[in-house]
Amino acid sequence: MGTAAQTTERERGAPYEGPLLDVRDLHVEFVTRDGVAKAVNGVNYSVSAGETLAVLGESGSGKSVTAQAIMGILDMPPARIPRGEIRFRGQDMLKMGKEERRRIRGGRIAMIFQDALSSLNPVLSVGFQLSEMFRAHRGASRKEAKAKAVELMDRVRIPAAKDRVNDYPHQFSGGMRQRIMIAMALALEPDLIIADEPTTALDVTVQAQVMDLLAELQAEFHMGLILITHDLGVVADVADKIAVMYAGRIVETAPVHDLYARPAHPYTRGLLDSIPRLDQKGQELYAIKGLPPNLLRIPPGCAFNPRCPRAQDVCRAEVPELFPVTEEDGTPQEGRGSACFFWKETLHDR
Amino acid sequence: MPDIHDEDSYERHPKPGVDRLDFAGEQGMAVEQETLVEPDVVKREQARSLWGDAWRDLRRRPIFLISVLLIVLLVLMAIFPWAFTDANPRKADLVHDYLKRPDWTDFFGAGWFGYDAQGRSIYARVVYGARASITVGIVVTVGVTLLGGLTGMVAGYFGGAVDAVISRIIDIFFGIPLLLGALVLLNGFASRTVWAVVFALVVLGWTQIARVMRGAVLTVKQSDYVVAGRALGAGTGRLMFRHILPNAVAPVIVVATIALGGYIATEATLSFLGIGLQEPTISWGIDISSAQKVIRTAPYVMFFPAAALSITVLAFIMMGDAVRDALDPKLR
Repeated sequence: MGTAAQTTERERGAPYEGPLLDVRDLHVEFVTRDGVAKAVNGVNYSVSAGETLAVLGESGSGKSVTAQAIMGILDMPPARIPRGEIRFRGQDMLKMGKEERRRIRGGRIAMIFQDALSSLNPVLSVGFQLSEMFRAHRGASRKEAKAKAVELMDRVRIPAAKDRVNDYPHQFSGGMRQRIMIAMALALEPDLIIADEPTTALDVTVQAQVMDLLAELQAEFHMGLILITHDLGVVADVADKIAVMYAGRIVETAPVHDLYARPAHPYTRGLLDSIPRLDQKGQELYAIKGLPPNLLRIPPGCAFNPRCPRAQDVCRAEVPELFPVTEEDGTPQEGRGSACFFWKETLHDR
Repeated sequence: MPDIHDEDSYERHPKPGVDRLDFAGEQGMAVEQETLVEPDVVKREQARSLWGDAWRDLRRRPIFLISVLLIVLLVLMAIFPWAFTDANPRKADLVHDYLKRPDWTDFFGAGWFGYDAQGRSIYARVVYGARASITVGIVVTVGVTLLGGLTGMVAGYFGGAVDAVISRIIDIFFGIPLLLGALVLLNGFASRTVWAVVFALVVLGWTQIARVMRGAVLTVKQSDYVVAGRALGAGTGRLMFRHILPNAVAPVIVVATIALGGYIATEATLSFLGIGLQEPTISWGIDISSAQKVIRTAPYVMFFPAAALSITVLAFIMMGDAVRDALDPKLR
């Protein structure tokens, strides 16, 4: 991998101290006929090189919209970003020119989509689409690019890559297609990969293989990874830290095992309780009551209050900030935060 | 997956084994879908693109083959008319040849289809007339596809104000009646050559393609792979021409091939009405028009150019239909 390593050095420039990506107070709104839908309401998170952040949340929690805002692929209008910063290696991407952002997309930050079949162009062979990465960003010749495409397909362990490079997306199985998406994202050895529900469309058996592959390649290239998912099972093994989103806000952040062991937000608690468990066989499965809020009319106070078993008057009046979570004796817990007035009670309840 | 030769038999007799596998897949059970080691496939089926598929489909259609054969013949006739006849289409011998009847013994000769009211060989005029019709048909089709395709693409891709302006322009042109518009446009030309007719038909005809293209681009633009392409850093040009165009072009090709026959018919109509091509250009439309005067005494003067025109239009429309069936099976 001599040549690959060289390009990497050249492209990445000096190593950057501090977080690779730093999202600060990001707001995204959609202007609709019925009013303004507030999809993201002040999200803060950061990812460093080699780190995996899992963003967890239901549909409509704003996790994908945040990712699209980072990639700069939101359709504006109807979307708009009234406030916030998206710092990539210290530079605010929202203030960059169009062309500068386009070069970052794919080159420095790449994205893996949920449904690989619809995310690959049906009329172009996978080899062509892979080699396009090199031709568009690096100006490689057709032949060079094709050779690199085969190399990439090998690296994501597609059997007989050389024979299959001219095949079309529909000729691959779901798992293989997702591998090709991963290969495309990896092509230019980006600093950061955003994977938007990369395994949702796959069989359970294949999910694990794809996640393992992703984690392995991430470690190999020392990339940052943002893993967007609604599946608590998927993130447990690969993520370093988790941010739980609800109604466009982060309601809890924690290192992955702390979150599973002792959630500090009633919503996270509810999510964990809704996982079917073998030792509860025969009992009724827990479900968080109610529905996620309508983004056009987010309830005042804590957005979760209508569904929350702990809700008090204060929850209906004030929006809780992300409080630092501490132990009972007051020692702070590294990287933990909860946007709940009653995080203490939630944390120590169990 | 059954290999290609098995596909038909599979349709008729579903194999229980294969069905069971699908069923297992729905149940979310472990299916051997993701075997890391490819089983030893003896001969892998050829990679197939949309166009490859369409071609395989077309090759087996007699209608397509017949129409293509006819079109090839007509195109050859348009390019090398002298190879089909020795007669001079402009030679008029009123003394000897005035309205001479068809002489079937003069096979492929000047007198084969008879002579018209000016003593000119009808066979030679039918052969030489192909050039005007084919040129108009093909050049107009290329013209409307380029002009309409580009405007439709721009309107569909950029949307918003650009789309609104282009769509209104399309509406305006769409509202002009073809014959009236052509009459006005062609009257502006000192001499109405093939190129003048082409110009008029392109100006009045591009909106059809533009609408089809705009609609197709709007659909394709929404697809995930275009968003994915954007997310991986593809620029506007690459997205438009590499990712959207190949997926949006099929309906345009279908409409264009079918319209080709229509343009030929329109040219003949305009020439027949005296507002299209003019003498000395040799055109089936002009010949049909002048044959009117002698239709009672010598119907064959009109029959042969009219038959040539019908066969040509039919050939192009049949080809268009076959192409449509191959590219867009849903429309069938």
